[in-house]
Amino acid sequence: MTMLTPGNILLAAVAYAQLALAVAACLATWRTLRGPRAQDRVLGLDTLYVTVMLLFIVTGIRLGAPFFFEAAMIVGVLGFVATVSLAKFLIRGEIIE
Amino acid sequence: MMQLESVPLWLALPIAFFLVAGSTLTLLGTVGLVQLKDFYDRLHAPTLGTSWGTAAVMIASALLFSWLQDRPILHELVICFFVMVTTPVTLMLLGRAALHRDRIEGRIAAPPPAPAGPEE
Repeated sequence: MTMLTPGNILLAAVAYAQLALAVAACLATWRTLRGPRAQDRVLGLDTLYVTVMLLFIVTGIRLGAPFFFEAAMIVGVLGFVATVSLAKFLIRGEIIE
Repeated sequence: MMQLESVPLWLALPIAFFLVAGSTLTLLGTVGLVQLKDFYDRLHAPTLGTSWGTAAVMIASALLFSWLQDRPILHELVICFFVMVTTPVTLMLLGRAALHRDRIEGRIAAPPPAPAGPEE
């Protein structure tokens, strides 16, 4: 019988969040690989970026390490740039005109 | 991991609630991404994760690190603000790209011509 201390409550919540976000990342990957058309793959990739960014934040909470915050920020910015350039590529066929 | 023991109960409960709520919303968004049939339906599902999914996890992180480091830590809100500002932009662009491709391939009809208005 484990004690219901604040630390245990937090650990359980963090473990659940990590599991849920990992499953979410798997589902986004499935849509990226499966997606019948190119725009479905781009949408899946965008979702994967956001999910992994949240997974980094939650892992940082679990380890108590502020380092993961910078990594999450970089993933977020890269996701934005990647999705915008891919959407532009889908419209124009080239990125830099 | 030992640092988590120093958090009092009145703070641990909201942090746990925000973590569970945020990750559950993100998971539901990706379930919608897999389950919905049409691309224009699927376009809406992941925004569940980028709106309250991101906001709840960031609020939990800000609360926890503010307690652990004994000063207000607000730089999580920068990511939160950034994601909330950029998601509509990227998804609008992606939706326009999909519409453009669908029209070129004749999968959906082009919109009716604009009604004749006063010339500018």
